[in-house]
Amino acid sequence: MKPLINSLPETVFTTKVDDLLNWGRASSQWYMLFGLACCAIELMQTGGPRADLDRFGAVPRATPRQSDLMIVAGTLTYKMAKRTKLLYDQMPDPKYVISMGSCSNCGGLFQLAYSVCKGVDKIVPVDVYVPGCPPRPEALTEGLLRIQDKMMRERWLVKPAKTAEKQPSA
Amino acid sequence: MDAKEVYASLEKLFPDKVRDFKPEVREPYLFVDPAAIVEVCRFLCSAPGFRFEVLSDLTALDWPKEEKIQIVYHLFSYSYNHQIVLKVDLPRHNPRVATVENVWKVANWFEREVYDLFGVIFEGHSDLRRIMLPEDWVGYPLRKDYVEEEEYDGISTQRAPLVEKLLR
Repeated sequence: MKPLINSLPETVFTTKVDDLLNWGRASSQWYMLFGLACCAIELMQTGGPRADLDRFGAVPRATPRQSDLMIVAGTLTYKMAKRTKLLYDQMPDPKYVISMGSCSNCGGLFQLAYSVCKGVDKIVPVDVYVPGCPPRPEALTEGLLRIQDKMMRERWLVKPAKTAEKQPSA
Repeated sequence: MDAKEVYASLEKLFPDKVRDFKPEVREPYLFVDPAAIVEVCRFLCSAPGFRFEVLSDLTALDWPKEEKIQIVYHLFSYSYNHQIVLKVDLPRHNPRVATVENVWKVANWFEREVYDLFGVIFEGHSDLRRIMLPEDWVGYPLRKDYVEEEEYDGISTQRAPLVEKLLR
């Protein structure tokens, strides 16, 4: 009798279920269109043919209910901050947030203005901060790859309540 | 018609209602009595030879030392390609002036903006609400003595400077 292990040498491989899930999630992160200011132009550029986020499996969605990732691109005002929180709450778990550009990191150039929220991390937990004003497409792509790294490290089956630990930093 | 002629005609038609004409600046301006602003505006908008059909801008200035808030009307005429600026002084503790919404429709939004940021009440305005800031906002941010609240709707408005964190 022939040994089973060599009968299908090219088509079988073994892995952990966690890794398989993470690989699937990391290779198909749908990000929500969330352009608030000039960073949105750079976000569009990153989705365009030259930088091409699509090759990492990231495609834009126009609704929070189908999104895994929120890229907050632009100046966040207090009026918008409440809407941002609402949209974040509507996203299904597991969800990730990239804060793109100085304005959404800390208020940036406009942080002394009366109407500008001093960073999106005041209202939602942020996974990756991309600095720049605005960040180049290469920088945002790097941010997306960091999110992929983070996704690959998740252990859903070991610790299912992982997202409960995330809290907005004060 | 240049600004001097406009002022001369206004002086004749509205004695004691217009004053302090400043012709030497790039956009010549004159002061109008707050009680007469609608009357003057209506005249400038429709009178033949004037025809200021457009209210290009309506904005305000805060002068805390002089205890006044100044409303500024930028008028422009497409028919004759001339312009004039009107100013109205209001007391700072109770700034109230009649609306010019019935003269130029665009004044509706301009006046809402001035109300939003300076707290000027435009009497007779059809829809005097905040236009840009949230409805539950406290205070009028473009006044010089405006102090930012500690937090807005549960969102902290403070952020520690990053440099101190790095020095630690």
